[in-house]
Amino acid sequence: MSGYLLNRLGQALFVLWAAFTISFVLLQAMPGDAILIKFQNPELGLNPQQIANIRASYAADSAIWVQYVQTIGRFSTGNFGYSVQAGVPVSTMLAAHLPATLKLASLGFVLAAVLAVAIAFVSSLTPFAWLRGALQSVPSLFISIPTFWLGIMLIQIFSFRLKLVPVINPGPWQELILPVVTLAVPISAPLAQVLVRNIDDVLTRPFVAVARAKGATRHWVLWRHVAKNALLPTLTIAGVLFGELIAGAVVTETVFGLNGIGGLTERAVGSQDAAVLQAIVVLSALAFVVINLIVDLLFPVLDPRLRTKAGATA
Amino acid sequence: MTTFDTIHDDVIASGRGQRTGRRLSLPLLMRRLPPGLVLSWLVLGIAFLWAVAPWLFTSYNPLEGVGGEQLRRPDAGHLLGTDALGRDLYARIVYGAVHSLAGAFVAVALGLVIGIGLGVVAGSVRRRLDDAIMRLVDVLLSIPPLLLSLSVIILLGFGTVNAAIAVGLTSVAGFARLARSEVVRVRRSDYVEAAFGSGGTFSAVLWRHVLPNSLTSVLGIAALQFGSAVLQISTLGFLGYGAPPPTPEWGLLIAEGRNYISTAWWLTTAPGVVVVLVVLAANRVSQSFGKVAA
Repeated sequence: MSGYLLNRLGQALFVLWAAFTISFVLLQAMPGDAILIKFQNPELGLNPQQIANIRASYAADSAIWVQYVQTIGRFSTGNFGYSVQAGVPVSTMLAAHLPATLKLASLGFVLAAVLAVAIAFVSSLTPFAWLRGALQSVPSLFISIPTFWLGIMLIQIFSFRLKLVPVINPGPWQELILPVVTLAVPISAPLAQVLVRNIDDVLTRPFVAVARAKGATRHWVLWRHVAKNALLPTLTIAGVLFGELIAGAVVTETVFGLNGIGGLTERAVGSQDAAVLQAIVVLSALAFVVINLIVDLLFPVLDPRLRTKAGATA
Repeated sequence: MTTFDTIHDDVIASGRGQRTGRRLSLPLLMRRLPPGLVLSWLVLGIAFLWAVAPWLFTSYNPLEGVGGEQLRRPDAGHLLGTDALGRDLYARIVYGAVHSLAGAFVAVALGLVIGIGLGVVAGSVRRRLDDAIMRLVDVLLSIPPLLLSLSVIILLGFGTVNAAIAVGLTSVAGFARLARSEVVRVRRSDYVEAAFGSGGTFSAVLWRHVLPNSLTSVLGIAALQFGSAVLQISTLGFLGYGAPPPTPEWGLLIAEGRNYISTAWWLTTAPGVVVVLVVLAANRVSQSFGKVAA
């Protein structure tokens, strides 16, 4: 078991290192020079010597491999450098923007899970074929809707037509309603698809037939026998969902003008702020790797069938 | 009559059935196809025609506005209304198709070529290179797609082609995984063994046997990626990283309509519905290519 653990940890560290390197190569190879763009502006009245000093303070002119080693050293201690455009440390910016995104993302994720479970279980319980068909086609519709458009349509319908959610000066919770729904829709789609597939799969197993033969009702079998077995494999798409969450956060925060990591990402790209974008890329790769690591380690704990074999085969 | 004959008869009969099936008249054939699939092909066909020959569908100019015609509601003259500069929205959507669809096409082609190349090499050669390529794929998968394409955009700059490249790179990992697993699967089959046994060289076997047999699932994934690329490109366009403003790219149309959200609902609604229909159609078509690897 500990050999497996070490192996998985090593893999995770490698992926993280490679993600850092790729983003470093991509972003340091940028043709634009962020420092020159900001400080060469004649209105600032800096002479060439001062600009050279500023460049030296960012170590912008040292050899690329020196920068690489320095950056990797800084990143591993949690220092993400300075944003040239904003003039503040990147970690300060991230810390300031993180709470808004965490609130949005956790609420959106909970709503997405509720939506997905409702779609999957209602469609499997309903006696009406038309309702099942309609519900099971909801995920493929959800997956085809551009998230930014959904946000705009929600504002249009609920704020401007029906005037249910105020646009100007909404309360702290009111302003979250539409963004959370917007974010939940694209996340719920893959979740519901996997759940529907898993439930259909589990329903064909012999133990379901045995339970039914013993006289259990459909509802009882679904909750008692199928739910657990169908929910577990959804953990495997946690990483995919995280990617959807990040993309959803960028778009949702831009549409609704929320001040979170997503909005920060959008502005960083707009102003070519490579330092901020690199920190966000590396941190989300870290989150992805950690999520997958937890899922892999959690599986034998949650699924007794894997416990005896985990060390040997997994 | 032996059992063998019965089976043989069955095979012949089903063969005949198929042959007569092919001679079915068009209306009969249409009735046998699922209506959703026909509709999907129709949507994709119209969108394709919009991209190739937009002037056949509208007589309005998509770039020049008409004075006094600003922000007209949808009516018989302007099917989908006009925007703040008096430009016909339907014409802008029709002329925008080429930007969205060509972008998605370039993106899928790029992902397909690089991904399949990597996957085929990984699946065919010995251990070291295979491991290296698949680790690279793991890394690509660990970065959320939107962040990966934003990194590429910040590197290459804004623009239609750059957005397409950025979106294409996000699909490389998926194509590589699929191609590798297909190559590994087909390689183990008897007929490939036989082809090697009868003296086929590696590249000949790959070209003659492995690629054709992997084509269905690759096409299925490509259609799926096409829909996803349309979505991603419209997202980049909406954020302002794609085509520059006068271009009627679909994502950009929605972004421009946003400023008139309280007065002109059609400016955001219509282009969004078109995007949803095209993506839905692409996904439905991809399903019809048989089981798409999950």
